[in-house]
Amino acid sequence: MDDLLTEFLTETNESLEVVDNELVRFEREPDNAQILDNVFRLVHTIKGTCGFLGLPRLEMLAHAGETLMGTYRDGAKVTDDGVSTILESIDQIKDILAELEETQQEPEGSDDELINRLLILAGVVEDKNNPVAEEKVEDLKAGKDEQEEAKEEAKQEETPQVKEATGGGTLGRELKPGEVSLEDLEAAFQNAQGPDLSPPKEAKKQTPAPTKKAKGEASLANQSIRVNVQTIEDLMTMVSELVLTRNQLLEISRRYEGNHEESEFATPLQRLSNVTAELQEGVMKTRMQPIGNAWGKLPRIVRDLSVELGKPIDLDMVGAETELDRQVLELIRDPLTHMVRNSADHGIEMPDERQKANKSKTGTIRLSAYHEGGHIIISIADDGKGLPTQKLKEKLLTQGLASEAEIASMSDNQIQKYIFHPGFSTAEKVTSVSGRGVGMDVVRTNIELIGGSIDLKSKEGFGTTVTIKIPLTLAIIPALIIETAGERFAIPQLAVSELVRVNMGSENRIEKIKDAEVLRLRNSLLPIVRLTNLLGIENKNPDKKIKSNSTFVVVAQVGTRSFGIIVDEVFHTEEIVVKPMSNMLKEVSMFSGTTIMGDGSVIMIVDPNGIAQAVGTTLESEASLEQDEAQAVKKDDGSISLLIFEAGSGDPKAVPLSLVTRLEEFDISTIERSGDRNMVQYRGRLMPLVYVNESGKQQKDGTFSLLVFAEGERVMGLVVDRIIDIVQDKLELQVDSNGDGFLGSAIISGQATEVLDVGYYLPLAFADWFERKEQVGPKTRKLLYAEDSPFFRNMIVPVLIGAGYDVTAVEDGIEAYDLVKSGEKYDIVVTDIEMPNMDGFTLTRCLSEDKNAANWPVIALSAFVGPASQKRADQLGMFDFIAKFDRKGLLDALKRTEGVIDVEVAA
Amino acid sequence: MSKDNLTNNNAQQYVTIRLGGQLFGLPIDRVQDVFMPENFTFVPLAHQKIAGVLNLRGRILTAIDLSKVFDVGAVNDTNSERPAVNVIYGNESYVFLTDIIGEVVTLNNDQLEANPVNLNSEWAKTCVGTYRLKNELLVILDIDVLIEELLSQDAA
Repeated sequence: MDDLLTEFLTETNESLEVVDNELVRFEREPDNAQILDNVFRLVHTIKGTCGFLGLPRLEMLAHAGETLMGTYRDGAKVTDDGVSTILESIDQIKDILAELEETQQEPEGSDDELINRLLILAGVVEDKNNPVAEEKVEDLKAGKDEQEEAKEEAKQEETPQVKEATGGGTLGRELKPGEVSLEDLEAAFQNAQGPDLSPPKEAKKQTPAPTKKAKGEASLANQSIRVNVQTIEDLMTMVSELVLTRNQLLEISRRYEGNHEESEFATPLQRLSNVTAELQEGVMKTRMQPIGNAWGKLPRIVRDLSVELGKPIDLDMVGAETELDRQVLELIRDPLTHMVRNSADHGIEMPDERQKANKSKTGTIRLSAYHEGGHIIISIADDGKGLPTQKLKEKLLTQGLASEAEIASMSDNQIQKYIFHPGFSTAEKVTSVSGRGVGMDVVRTNIELIGGSIDLKSKEGFGTTVTIKIPLTLAIIPALIIETAGERFAIPQLAVSELVRVNMGSENRIEKIKDAEVLRLRNSLLPIVRLTNLLGIENKNPDKKIKSNSTFVVVAQVGTRSFGIIVDEVFHTEEIVVKPMSNMLKEVSMFSGTTIMGDGSVIMIVDPNGIAQAVGTTLESEASLEQDEAQAVKKDDGSISLLIFEAGSGDPKAVPLSLVTRLEEFDISTIERSGDRNMVQYRGRLMPLVYVNESGKQQKDGTFSLLVFAEGERVMGLVVDRIIDIVQDKLELQVDSNGDGFLGSAIISGQATEVLDVGYYLPLAFADWFERKEQVGPKTRKLLYAEDSPFFRNMIVPVLIGAGYDVTAVEDGIEAYDLVKSGEKYDIVVTDIEMPNMDGFTLTRCLSEDKNAANWPVIALSAFVGPASQKRADQLGMFDFIAKFDRKGLLDALKRTEGVIDVEVAA
Repeated sequence: MSKDNLTNNNAQQYVTIRLGGQLFGLPIDRVQDVFMPENFTFVPLAHQKIAGVLNLRGRILTAIDLSKVFDVGAVNDTNSERPAVNVIYGNESYVFLTDIIGEVVTLNNDQLEANPVNLNSEWAKTCVGTYRLKNELLVILDIDVLIEELLSQDAA
């Protein structure tokens, strides 16, 4: 990209962020001329630079906004409407900039409507239907005056001149890049340096502002230089290497000391070590950014919410200058935004409620950040209604998350923490802002992913405080080095809360409840897992086993859950450099990375989250052995999590939650069109939208809810009207579907609910995903289905059940064959071809050699249908070979197998 | 082979490796290094074709056991003392464990013959073709396909 343009984009984006926040401040302090001046100058600079670079559309828009601000500067009354419209124009400018960045071209389109509104508000244009059209010569002159006026920062200019200036702006589009007058150029040049140089001056003049941000940023800008992020990343990598080499040297030196030899390297090595540590810290600092950068958008968001919800809210930000690693900063931006939105939506009450409760009408959300021992602590506090413990208890009961006895034994705080539980929401109804019960769970997961933890304190009637603790950086972390089954591993220190040495004879001993191992630790019972079992490794060294009446337990805490990990040996804590795992090992969720030790060997870094997940199910059942039987039974008889939503008619619709990758909400304005399809930008790529209710396309404003389905690279968004709830129930289709897109109806939570046929919608987004299918008459026959991809299993099994088969689904050929060998009988076998351990072809061959199974028809499903595999299928005597996405073909083939069997029975 | 052939544009150099009794060839421009790995770190739960990870001059690389990929008996049971080649795949680098590493041969592209039709389908996927050398056959590997296969198997 053009250097000039890049510079312009970076600068303008920064300026706009300042403008955003200043405007929100300005709305509250309309008399503060200084804020207005600041905003005015920033917008003016943008306008000037646009003209210089030949970006007429941006220039016109900025100009119109500037005109309206000009009238305020001249003493016109500041209205909410006015500020909203200016903010809107700033948003529009941002959108254009985003596109400019992508295509390097100013996008086509017209902002006449917005410009017109701005001008009407400014009082320059009276009639909507008649945008200003004045003579060109005068306009040019007016434009020049306008520039000069701004340059002198003269506030006493008369209104008439502003009026004239507007004409210049509207006709600005006729100025081709080459036609920019000399005066304009000069003005643009002089203004181009604006954002870097002038804000500090301005900021220093200011009286202490409620947000410290502007000031902090300004003083930084004074003596900072721009460095490419990649340069810093490279430096960081080099320093990491240096740290490793130093560790290696230290290791060697330790060996000398071990032999009681005096090494002449000892002293210089010590110095090298110190310098390295300092260098590491220094480079780390360059990656640091004030957390205020992640907060930048919040004042605006809170302001918009406060208007939308009709609640006056103050956002108080403390410690914006607290620094943390930019990588971490990026990762917490979204969770923070989400939580602030939550506070505004659920936490703060309506003004009249607040008055009744003897609180000030205006609610306060207080965001603060500070450092504490290698961590940054961020807290989000509101003075709203707090979490209703009683309601939470009821919800816990109805959702079957806890039994009455359990609830009785829990503290209020424990109950409140359930809001981090997946699928739990306190909001009685889902609002456009939040309440889907997916948010807080996602927030927790995101925070934990970066090795952080989240805590919550709430007092009913007085407000809620959420505290997040995250590490300052992810690149170099302290880790505990342990050994198990002769292999060394690193466990991030952050997750380790203590180490316990366990002796058979002592009071710290491991006891068993059935197969579950537990440890009495002070007042609690700690569930225990063995690392060897989790990692599927065996102790190669039998000598160790004899000693194993004394072992170490690493007590780890992930989120609110504690558990003990049994290891053979604990060595020491070391600062390790985290190296990402190669793509080939990404699937191994037990490890988060690798590192090189002082002796040059590579060891794996255990991911505490991965372990927590892997043991989660076992632990939960172990920890709550006395959990009520009824629920366990309920879980066993095939009840699944279902997402209930509304689309089209008012009847509830359902889809298995396991099929849904995420729930999202987008603003209508983010929809982009490509051909006749609607898309949104989602995580850096375009996601096609499919509408359950076609009339949803007509919606013009507001937000819409999305169910995101993803398989591999492909992502699709299904637009629904409203997400209602997540329930646990059995999915039993009782009535066949009479319309496209639904599998049929089932009773869910006591209500007739239509069950969505995801397979119908997927090909609407990607023609090659699947093909639609139709129901087949029911007849209970036993079907064995082998498929390794959980997505397809989830997809195909409901179809097969829907078609009336009694389905047993297994994960690979071996499992399927084992079932057959164990004497299980099936009528039909459906198998995927590409599977680990034993593929579909091998399975078919094995089955044909089995005396029981030799006659069973085998239908192969494969993502790749080529002549070669087709031929192989024929050779093996497979009944049919069908593409995975061809569900109609599958059902047809199944129908045909009935014929085969009938004939055989008859014969 | 005459000198003309060596400088010919159609010529391609291959690093030869031996797995079990079979001779394989890797395009030389994809081979970064040939070395004797010292310390492997076993990766629990990883695919069995992955021998482990190792430290090659400060970089951590994933080692793939080619004997297991092609299902031909390894000479040694232990991973150490087996020669390895470091190959480039996009931005990443992988290590192939072999049994014996032979010499570099220069061969003319014209003489590359297609895989025999009765070749094992697993092999057929990852082999580009065969050269008839004087004493034996040299099977040329497609490094990209080989690694992609493993990546997709892993994801499954």
